[in-house]
Amino acid sequence: MASDTRRTNLPPLALHVPEPKFRPGDAVDFVGVDVPAVDAARRPDTAAQASEFPDLAYGLVRVLDLDGTAGGAWDPKLSPDMMRRMLRSMALVRAFDERMFRAQRQGKTSFYMKCTGEEAVAVAAAHALDYEDMCFPSYRQQGLLIARGWSLVDMMNQIYSNSADRLQGKQLPIMYSVKEAGFFSISGNLATQYPQAVGWAMASAAKGDTRISAVWCGEGSTAEGDFHSACTFASVYRAPVILNVVNNQWAISSFSGFAGAEATTFAARAVGYGIAGLRVDGNDALAVYAATQWAAERARTNQGPTLIEHFTYRAEGHSTSDDPGQYRSAGEATAWPLGDPIARLKAHLIALGEWDEDRHAAQDKELAEEVKVAQKEAEKNGILGHGLHQPLDTLFDGVFEEMPWHLREQQAQMMAEEAASGRPWDRK
Amino acid sequence: MTDLMDHTAEAATTTRMNMIQAINSAMDVMMARDPDVIVMGEDVGYFGGVFRATAGLQAKYGKTRVFDTPITECGIVGVAVGMGAYGLRPVPEIQFADYIYPALDQLVSEAARLRYRSAGEFTSPITVRSPFGGGIFGGQTHSQSPEGIFTHISGVKTVIPSTPYDAKGLLIAAIEDNDPTIFFEPKRIYNGPFNGHWDRPAENWSKHPAGEVPTGYYKIELGKAKVVREGEALTILAYGTMVHVCQQVVADTGVDAEIVDLRTLVPLDIDTIEASVKKTGRCMIVHEATRTSGFGSELSALVQERCFYHLEAPIERVTGFDTPYPHSLEWAYFPGPVRIGEALKKIMKDA
Repeated sequence: MASDTRRTNLPPLALHVPEPKFRPGDAVDFVGVDVPAVDAARRPDTAAQASEFPDLAYGLVRVLDLDGTAGGAWDPKLSPDMMRRMLRSMALVRAFDERMFRAQRQGKTSFYMKCTGEEAVAVAAAHALDYEDMCFPSYRQQGLLIARGWSLVDMMNQIYSNSADRLQGKQLPIMYSVKEAGFFSISGNLATQYPQAVGWAMASAAKGDTRISAVWCGEGSTAEGDFHSACTFASVYRAPVILNVVNNQWAISSFSGFAGAEATTFAARAVGYGIAGLRVDGNDALAVYAATQWAAERARTNQGPTLIEHFTYRAEGHSTSDDPGQYRSAGEATAWPLGDPIARLKAHLIALGEWDEDRHAAQDKELAEEVKVAQKEAEKNGILGHGLHQPLDTLFDGVFEEMPWHLREQQAQMMAEEAASGRPWDRK
Repeated sequence: MTDLMDHTAEAATTTRMNMIQAINSAMDVMMARDPDVIVMGEDVGYFGGVFRATAGLQAKYGKTRVFDTPITECGIVGVAVGMGAYGLRPVPEIQFADYIYPALDQLVSEAARLRYRSAGEFTSPITVRSPFGGGIFGGQTHSQSPEGIFTHISGVKTVIPSTPYDAKGLLIAAIEDNDPTIFFEPKRIYNGPFNGHWDRPAENWSKHPAGEVPTGYYKIELGKAKVVREGEALTILAYGTMVHVCQQVVADTGVDAEIVDLRTLVPLDIDTIEASVKKTGRCMIVHEATRTSGFGSELSALVQERCFYHLEAPIERVTGFDTPYPHSLEWAYFPGPVRIGEALKKIMKDA
């Protein structure tokens, strides 16, 4: 049909379908990834016009060099204590991830998602924000809760959907919600938290509050319409919000090219919206800290939103349901030119004479023990593998503030079924 | 429930209002009472809304409480959800119900589930106002009645008024309610109670008793239907514009029908419905929305389940056809006096 109308004097059109550089079995060579020097990115005033940021949206804000030294205009010059706290938080996130991943493999819960290699993105941001600032995370920012000192046992209770689960077994594991820690309820629907975070920030501004909000999504989710809506709203109302894009190169099996990365950067999206845009080395905890602190000051002084792309790499599978060996080269994680966020901050502290291998090894051991103790504590409240732990009739709680008649009827029906069938769901 | 003035009215003063003015008054009253109530949407600010529903509110309450938004329904509802999580009580407007679909993900996946998924930590006390329904030559995208999509979502309430008095009382109740509410405003009856006779002069609310509206605060409890005409021969379940069309058909045919204005679809006033059908033994359901999987199907199923042994005839559904809403063929599509009249004959045939 199309050929009937094709003009034969013109070359045929060709559809471009992006393809990642490396597939399973390929040798990995990341020479194409540009890693600018730590002093390459300028640090503008937080009151600078949004139109002045294109170089930063296409560049890369870095502080920690790969040899362990720190420098450049963005160096936040943190105290060794502060850096050790961040190192500890990141290592605790990794230890938590490893143990919970194993718990899923052991059948103790249905699902888990690690953030290996991306610990700096959440942990350093949490340290740079005020505790009262509201975070709208995606499912891979467990580091926010851990860095804010939230109880590991409480997080595990949620993962196990056990009797102490604050979400009453209603949510998929890792979809935490902790209002007290400024951690907004995680949704399975991608990017929906983006306009919500902007709305929260607008509300804070409208009420003359001093709190700001911060939101995270992956680079894959930037393709959602909500991302565009949120950026438009954030720009129009100069909302005090930090829009974080965690570009870990992969959205399940789709490489970042399917979100548009072949043609531009994600920070560069900010340019078109009139938002300050920063592209940051996401495996550099000091750079993430510095950029977040800068954006927070910009937001808090009514200069408006900042979009930060965190350039990083998803070192492991998407989730416990994913096998990355099916779609990408196993060599990618180790070849990633920006290295590992924990190893880099550790090397820096060692270079400063503020840390050493023995202390690091001792800390790892201590953190593994801390997670293990928390897990034992959480398992006292039950594990999903052993069945339901919530009173059956709570299934209907919280659909509405007050339960309408039709839900009360269905609740009664369910309880009658339970009684008639020999109480298969009855909790001891 | 039949008494028009059975609701607590703070101010005894009443005045004549059309439905637009009543809706405007509800927002005015709530903005004055609660500093957390904010109004937002396309053209709602300076201009006062394409239907004038928000006229004067920005001048009175300022730009940070009543403001225009970019044209992004997903953004409007998503931002409202975030504002609700902060602690505000947003009243976003979607200019036409036909344009609510870009916001569906935010409504279905977020607003409706936020309380449930966070076990009450976060809530979504938002009221999404949107003009809906046809009868105005609105064609395919200014006439739709998508209420059936929303009644299917657990966690949202759906409210549809049929008079200025109800519109104000129900809107105030919806804004005060801590659950997300979809408030569909039948735009055909913004100015007057349309009786289905498009070829006769239009009426306005000035002569209708429900056009007399208290100027102050009052509310009509959500989930309560209203028997607008008591009768013995059959029960007609309707809402919005169709309440008035049904009243006219009943008056013209002399059938002693009991007409129930549902007012709230979720939660539904099942007791009033059940009592009426058990009394009359017949049930006709009338809505403008398309038939298949429309809210009428749910009503029919509920009546069948609960009133089966009282039914003397099959339940009749009088609805829009299963087509997109046409432009020039509007009055052939609209479930008007002819279609309702034919259905009345059919359901009353053996009476």
